[in-house]
Amino acid sequence: MLSKIVRTVANQLIVFILVFGLYVIAHGHLTPGGGFQGGAVIASGVVMLLVAFGSKELRKSLRERVLTIMESTGALIFAALAFAGLGTVFFYNFLVGTPVFGRIPPTGPGPGDFWTGGFVPLMNFAVGLKVVAGLSAAVLALALFASGEEMEE
Amino acid sequence: MEYIPLNFPFLAAALLAGVSFYIIIFKRNLIKLIMGIAMMSSGVNLFLVALGYRAGGNVPIYTDVPEGPMVLPVPQALTLTSIVINVAVLALMLTIVIHIYRHTGSLDSEKSRRLKG
Amino acid sequence: MAALITHSPILIIAIPLVAAFLTSLIGMASSRARNTLVIASLVFVAFLVFALARDVVINGIRVYTLGAVSPEQTIPTGFMVPVRIILEVDGMSAFFSIIWAIVSLAAAIYSLSHIASETGQTRFYTLLLLMVAGGFGMMFTGDLFNLFVFLEIASISGGALIAFRTKFADTQEGGFKYIVVSAIAGLMVLFATGILYAQYDSLNIATLAQVIQYTTLDKIALALLLVAFAMKTGMVPLHLWFPDAYSVAPASITGMLVITSHACMYAAFRVCFTLYGRVIDSPVVGWIIIVLGLLTMFVGVTMAVFQKDVMRFMSYHAISQLGYMWVGVGVGLAVLGNSALLATYGRDAMTGGIFHILNHAMYKPLLFFTGGALFHCTGTRDLTKMGGLAHKMKWTTILYIIGTLSISGIPPLNGFSSKILIYESAYQFHPILTVTGIIVSILTLASFTKAFHSAFMGAELPEYEMVKEVPKSMIIGMAILAAGIVFITLFPGQIVDWILHPAADALVNHGAYISSVTGVIP
Repeated sequence: MLSKIVRTVANQLIVFILVFGLYVIAHGHLTPGGGFQGGAVIASGVVMLLVAFGSKELRKSLRERVLTIMESTGALIFAALAFAGLGTVFFYNFLVGTPVFGRIPPTGPGPGDFWTGGFVPLMNFAVGLKVVAGLSAAVLALALFASGEEMEE
Repeated sequence: MEYIPLNFPFLAAALLAGVSFYIIIFKRNLIKLIMGIAMMSSGVNLFLVALGYRAGGNVPIYTDVPEGPMVLPVPQALTLTSIVINVAVLALMLTIVIHIYRHTGSLDSEKSRRLKG
Repeated sequence: MAALITHSPILIIAIPLVAAFLTSLIGMASSRARNTLVIASLVFVAFLVFALARDVVINGIRVYTLGAVSPEQTIPTGFMVPVRIILEVDGMSAFFSIIWAIVSLAAAIYSLSHIASETGQTRFYTLLLLMVAGGFGMMFTGDLFNLFVFLEIASISGGALIAFRTKFADTQEGGFKYIVVSAIAGLMVLFATGILYAQYDSLNIATLAQVIQYTTLDKIALALLLVAFAMKTGMVPLHLWFPDAYSVAPASITGMLVITSHACMYAAFRVCFTLYGRVIDSPVVGWIIIVLGLLTMFVGVTMAVFQKDVMRFMSYHAISQLGYMWVGVGVGLAVLGNSALLATYGRDAMTGGIFHILNHAMYKPLLFFTGGALFHCTGTRDLTKMGGLAHKMKWTTILYIIGTLSISGIPPLNGFSSKILIYESAYQFHPILTVTGIIVSILTLASFTKAFHSAFMGAELPEYEMVKEVPKSMIIGMAILAAGIVFITLFPGQIVDWILHPAADALVNHGAYISSVTGVIP
């Protein structure tokens, strides 16, 4: 556990990192970014908290059960969105044309419209959730190994 | 920049792959072996991104990009997937090395061998 | 039912994936529900696989396009090349998927008791289902990058499963070697995919097969792909990691790893016969494969003769049996350009090689499962410490005898049927292949008899007084494979006509593969 200044600053910075990570996840269909990239940004914020607070402290807030549930839920949402188009074909973009994310962008350059893309932004969120949970769990487990304990079952 | 040849990224990727093959085959420390695999994945990712470049091309995104040719976006998607897979492989390898160190007390691949013949 | 078969290629891959993450959630609540979910999903997948295989043999190649308006529309309206992810199931893919479905079901039932004393069983079943999904993905995919992704999924979960029992030190070493070899092989496949994409602007195997020319860069890509897949299947001289990884894994995982190495062999065949089918220099590549296959057969069995660890002993035999398959299909590849010789003995050699894949997938996991049963009951893998176990473990002894007679090629069991096909057709190609094959077969029988004698025969030892027969689920897992062996023994002719000749013809006939996707006969 590092000094009081570092801990306080880390507590303040995590909010901004979270917002920036969510921005990268949400705009994956317009600008460079997407599920994995945004998830990695948020996971690096978790690493910052791990360095500032130490693995024993962080383990009380980030329980392993919660991370497993988050990870499985992200994967199941992704699979559910893919299966939902099975009436036509698996992975069929059934949201194009509907009001939810269904607008079709005009050809040629122009400012991007957020409500386009079909189910791609929703899948970005699911993948981002899964990546955050997975990478945080991996980093937390490695840090706990280094301090001699095991991750709880 | 005329003094840098156009296929310089490919030479760099081949150099990275060659050096990492040397490291994987000849170095005995397990952590150095893992670093060699990370370096090789960097070399292959560099190769994939470099092969999509078109001279004078723009970024392949939707928002406010000027007219003209775009670089190929498919190798960028391949590179992203490759980066994700290599993150998982490296995490798994590091965990196994931690267990090997706990059981045998050494990170040397000759001293921590148990299976022979 | 017709709708189910239409969507079955993607359902076979997606159901284990969904079940893996559902297992992770349900396993936190109750373990009986988790076990039921695992077995039920694998049974359903096996049913779908058999229905799809029957449909492919009767109706021809089945194509599935992800995300189009209908599954068969490979080229979107207004485009000229296929751009979506396409799954393509022909006779060879259907054959391999039957094997994978049966063996993964047997391994899952076997694991119910074999790892019952470990902690973290939920993670074990999640990784097992992910490995099943990765294997099916490798067999059904129609483009090169998907092959890389599913290869890595299967390798990562396989490596994590080998190193699952963290309280032993040698499991970690075996898992590490497996992961390093798989990572290097995957990166080489990705490099070759990049080379091919840069030249021809397509990742789809059928489209590439239509436009490929045999330039220097294509030869480099072919060499990279073949070396990567040979590294994963344990071909000599890249076999040194193979016994280390296979001897320390839990026995059910070793059985599944054998089929994963078969799937890598399938990928090598897909590259040689279909992707480069129009342009490959088939005598040269065929002869290289045959020579390395002979070396593999011989090195495998000679290293196996003096082993003391029972699982290591069986993994060296797995290496040598893989050599038989390379020789069989290599003879077919070497005469691919010459249609008269192909009809005379090339097709029979390929059928023999593919039949040997089927038989090996039945008896090798069975033998590994019996080795695991020995380890489960006595706590050791060392053959010199065991003895007289036939008195206590009757079922295991009978199943071990069936496996031994099968691997040595004793008539009338299934090993004999495939070996006689390989011997007769390879003799017409070059006599040395048959001579080496027969010598290797004799040495196999000798080493297995020695192992049988030292483990099962003899007087009862005092330290094994408390040993009982293995739990029921392990016997059921082994009995599924033994039933498969008996079925192939009784009906070899039907198996050859219904499953193997379509598979061999599907490999040779790359025109049908290409025209199913692009609609144009090359």
